[in-house]
Amino acid sequence: MNRRGWLQAGVVALGLVPLAWLAADAFGDRLGANPIEEITHRTGDWTIRFLLATLAVTPLRRLTGWNWLIKFRRTIGLIAFSYATVHFLIYIGLDQGFAFAYIGEDIAKRPYITVGFTAFVFLIPLAITSTQGWVRRLGGKRWNALHRLVYVSAAGGVLHYLWLVKGDQVTPVYYAAVLVLLLALRIRRSPSAARPVEQRVDLLADASRGAQIGGEPLHRPDARVQP
Amino acid sequence: MLIKRPPDIPTSEITDERLFWRRRDFLGAMAGALALHLVPRLPQQGEKLTSFEDITTYNNFYEFGTDKKDPSRHAHTLRPRPWSVRVEGEIKKPKVYDVDEVIRRYPAQERVYRLRCVEAWSMVIPWLGFPLASLLRDVEPTSNAKFVAFTTLHDPEQMPGQKRGVLPWPYVEGLRLDEAMHPLTLLVHGLYGKPLPNQNGAPLRLVVPWKYGFKSIKSIVRIRLVREQPPTTWSMSAPNEYGFYSNVNPDVDHPRWSQKRERRIGELRRRLTLPFNGYADQVASLYTGMDLRRTF
Ligand code: HEM
Repeated sequence: MNRRGWLQAGVVALGLVPLAWLAADAFGDRLGANPIEEITHRTGDWTIRFLLATLAVTPLRRLTGWNWLIKFRRTIGLIAFSYATVHFLIYIGLDQGFAFAYIGEDIAKRPYITVGFTAFVFLIPLAITSTQGWVRRLGGKRWNALHRLVYVSAAGGVLHYLWLVKGDQVTPVYYAAVLVLLLALRIRRSPSAARPVEQRVDLLADASRGAQIGGEPLHRPDARVQP
Repeated sequence: MLIKRPPDIPTSEITDERLFWRRRDFLGAMAGALALHLVPRLPQQGEKLTSFEDITTYNNFYEFGTDKKDPSRHAHTLRPRPWSVRVEGEIKKPKVYDVDEVIRRYPAQERVYRLRCVEAWSMVIPWLGFPLASLLRDVEPTSNAKFVAFTTLHDPEQMPGQKRGVLPWPYVEGLRLDEAMHPLTLLVHGLYGKPLPNQNGAPLRLVVPWKYGFKSIKSIVRIRLVREQPPTTWSMSAPNEYGFYSNVNPDVDHPRWSQKRERRIGELRRRLTLPFNGYADQVASLYTGMDLRRTF
């Protein structure tokens, strides 16, 4: 494996640490009185954290000029999707015991489940089209447009959390603030008539390094985005 | 009375918690049956006591934090002695009791009750306490007394969770007088034969087994008999989600989650929730003529 391959493997390994930790606690009987709730909560927490981390990549890259960060964005996104999948399957299997009548009722009637479910469903096409083949098939513009759905998922995830807590809103509000900040950083950077000259220059400099004006930087196998 | 242990039980099992408690339950039932003819035994076939560990580490007691583990970690700051309980309002004999005086005065009974939380989990707990009715009768409610209002201690030094405005403090709860006088309604000062741990509401708490857990107010400092329905904390905080009555009712969903099923702590699969938490035979008559979907 080349250096980049190792780094990717390292990111994946880091991403799996919370899952391994959860598994260790489960086998060591350290999940407390209500283990299913504990697993649901921990996987939900890591889903929203990795989703927000995915969204933080581009602003961070622009702020620091570390363009190589972009190579890890898709990996982090897939880690987020993995946690969301575990979270969802735990809900279906362990929490609800595959009682689909109740599950259907939950999805239809409980707003926090409805938005959580929507957020999860929107992540599915993104995970499927995350391969190089799909980038090529869709073309950069359409691929980018599709992958903006990640904002809908993140917003849905935050809303899901805000709506499910009983009384204490501090943690979900904190995630909401991070999401708003990340969005604000994006909007400030999108092309508009009001853009100050120096930023436009900056953006052109970005573009010359392979970023695409007016949208997500393209993620290509040939990785034109070089440090 | 002599309780004989079956001869085939090996020594290793003599201290088995369940056996021990079946015996206690039996004694409690005998003592209680004399007084009341009404003591609930272990709720149903196939229902087991929740472990002491789970009962004392998985708590909703926001005065010590909003995580279920917070109360067991932080409630050591509560000082349950000395402790006084003020009984006042529409009664002939208002009085400030020392909590130990109350505990000595009313013989302790062991009662095994289900506890059903509004969050759709439940436990089976061997409480130690006495009927609230005994105390209320002694203070002689006047004919104006229609409701009973309870108040938890308000002291952010002892209850650090009160430094944050998660709920309006102090925590307050209430019952209609007939609910308060019902023989199932207890004032509790112990569980599993031990003094009540701080995180479970020491030194004195209410237990109303047919209502969602939040009605069973903890660490009580004041009991006031009143004319009007008193405000209650959760229904002030979210009136559309929590009503004054809050009887366990599988047919009335909480707006954010279903109440049809519950997870018994220690069990994997959910079980169906019973109307009035399985105590319908004893309490349903309190609500004849009321539309419990509207007055939830
Ligand atoms: C992108 C999608 C999702 C994200 C980001 C997400 C995130 C979260 C978070 C952060 C929590 C709270 C964790 C805590 O309290 O520490 C949570 C709880 C929960 N989530 Fe999700 N979730 C998602 C999708 C779903 C889906 C699809 C379902 C089921 C259909 C679901 C069901 C639940 C349940 C049942 C809880 C626990 C609620 C409770 O304890 O009352 N989530 N989720």
